[in-house]
Amino acid sequence: MSSTSSSIPAFATEALSTTPRRVAWRRVLRRQPTLAIGLVVLLLIVAAGVLAPVWWTGDSQQMRPAERLRPPSAVRWFGSDHFGRDVYTRTLYGARVSLVVGASVALLSLALGTTLGLVIGFYRRLDAVMMRVMDGLMAIPAILLALALMAMMRASVRNVIIALVIPEIPRVVRVVRASVLSLREHTMVEAARALGVRTPRILVRYILPALVAPLLVQATYVCASAILFEAYLSFLGAGTPPHIPSWGNIMAEGKTYVQLAFWIILFPGLFLALTVLAINLVGDGLRDLLKIRG
Amino acid sequence: MLAEVLRRLLATIPVMGVVALAVFALLHVTPGDPAVIIAGDYATTDDIARIRTRLGLDQPFHTQVAIWLGRVVRGDLGTSIFSGLPVSTLIGQRAATTIWLTLFAMLISVGVGVPIGVVAAWRKGSWLDRAVMVFAVSGFSMPTFWLGFILVYVFAITAGWLPVQGYAPLAGGVGSFLSHLILPALTLSVVYMALIARMTRASMLGVLDEDYIRTAFAKGLAPSGVLVRHALKNASLPIVTIIGIGFALLIGGAVVTESVFALPGLGRLTVDAIVRRDYPVIQGVLLVVSGAYVMINLIVDVLYVVLDPRIRY
Repeated sequence: MSSTSSSIPAFATEALSTTPRRVAWRRVLRRQPTLAIGLVVLLLIVAAGVLAPVWWTGDSQQMRPAERLRPPSAVRWFGSDHFGRDVYTRTLYGARVSLVVGASVALLSLALGTTLGLVIGFYRRLDAVMMRVMDGLMAIPAILLALALMAMMRASVRNVIIALVIPEIPRVVRVVRASVLSLREHTMVEAARALGVRTPRILVRYILPALVAPLLVQATYVCASAILFEAYLSFLGAGTPPHIPSWGNIMAEGKTYVQLAFWIILFPGLFLALTVLAINLVGDGLRDLLKIRG
Repeated sequence: MLAEVLRRLLATIPVMGVVALAVFALLHVTPGDPAVIIAGDYATTDDIARIRTRLGLDQPFHTQVAIWLGRVVRGDLGTSIFSGLPVSTLIGQRAATTIWLTLFAMLISVGVGVPIGVVAAWRKGSWLDRAVMVFAVSGFSMPTFWLGFILVYVFAITAGWLPVQGYAPLAGGVGSFLSHLILPALTLSVVYMALIARMTRASMLGVLDEDYIRTAFAKGLAPSGVLVRHALKNASLPIVTIIGIGFALLIGGAVVTESVFALPGLGRLTVDAIVRRDYPVIQGVLLVVSGAYVMINLIVDVLYVVLDPRIRY
């Protein structure tokens, strides 16, 4: 794919940038089918979660003891669980938790990690010590660190986000620091310095813009793994509190009935796998796309 | 070479020091009194006081740090609040299961991941390549426990070929041992396999363009020989790196997999400890597992020098 774009002469790419934005978008999506598929699936899932009350759902908590463990049917599309609750309704509402956790963890760890990475990369005295600290934090497997953090906090969506952001920060710091180290020697930074621009301004005006593309890609991967990890934590009983339907919670409750009512696990897991896949596809697509443009 | 290994070994000390401090800090940076949280909702004031003394929480902060580090260095991981047994004993009882599980998963993922990555790179752009890439992306996005349940449903519940869950120690016979381990190992291996296949393909693509590969094919050597001896050998560094780094994924996945298949491993120990707020156990597992991770990556670093004699640190 990159070989075809590099053979396009310069005037052609210039023409591309002057075409109406809509056409350029369509061209991007045609050249990156994975990006297009990922975006469509992701939009569908966001729509499912945000507009959950609209999609013929009922009350996610309503128990119908007479209709326990019913298989999928025309009335109960995804079947019912051991309390007779509608699995379809709960799955759609579960998208909300996953999306909120994924987006918040991506935003927070990126904001904190970028700030820290910029500072560490630019002040050499901090670098040696802080990078050892980051190495140490990264040596603890992320899911175990998140589990241990959850053990010390009350179960809530906010605390799940905190427990997932902390293991993610050093990974972002590493990416940012590596870029800063190479950009620091760039001529434009040298020139800015010679003109008397102060360090904080250099970081914000010269270094940060160059980091936007790699960080955007990183954000998608952080988001995907945060959604997976939220489900793992909830499945293990150390995540989202049980009264909130999340994909991990629904599956944790369905665990006991795997032989009787497989649908309780099948459908939320399918949504989870599709969501993570869609986000990873968007990430891969963005990475290829930005590499071509860059 | 020996001096190099020694130097690398010494470099792991500050990393492990940070791990030990971080594991200690877990108890203190989180809001609230750790003794109250550990004691649970039904504890009396006496219980809380007893736990506080037991964990040394009544000591000044710097003394606590010193005591903790001193104990860790001597290999003393403390005593479980729940069972009263030393944490190192508990870990020793459970470690074998987790080691077998991760070992088998690693064998499966390298055994499958590397060959399919090589073939995908060799037949770049073909349907085979596409199939491998689709597998790589979807395998990497697969929720481990969900995949575990699917495999259980298909092979154990519907087909009835394998046990649904549980563990049989090796001492009880190889057949039963393997039949209990194969589904968990397969479940755990998929994410890792996808990662390795993808990295192998990318690394092989870089090497297959080289002149010496063309020469080898032109000489009329068998494709399998060229792919393995000429190409894979030179493409192996990034693959070995990802095997080392991905080990963390494997450990994380093991926690979840053990829960699905009810395997009595370190993952189950951790999850049980978290439910019971048995903090010394959580700290001990974190330390031991992180230590194993650091050691695996040390071995990877040493392997570099073996695989590529040009590398000198």
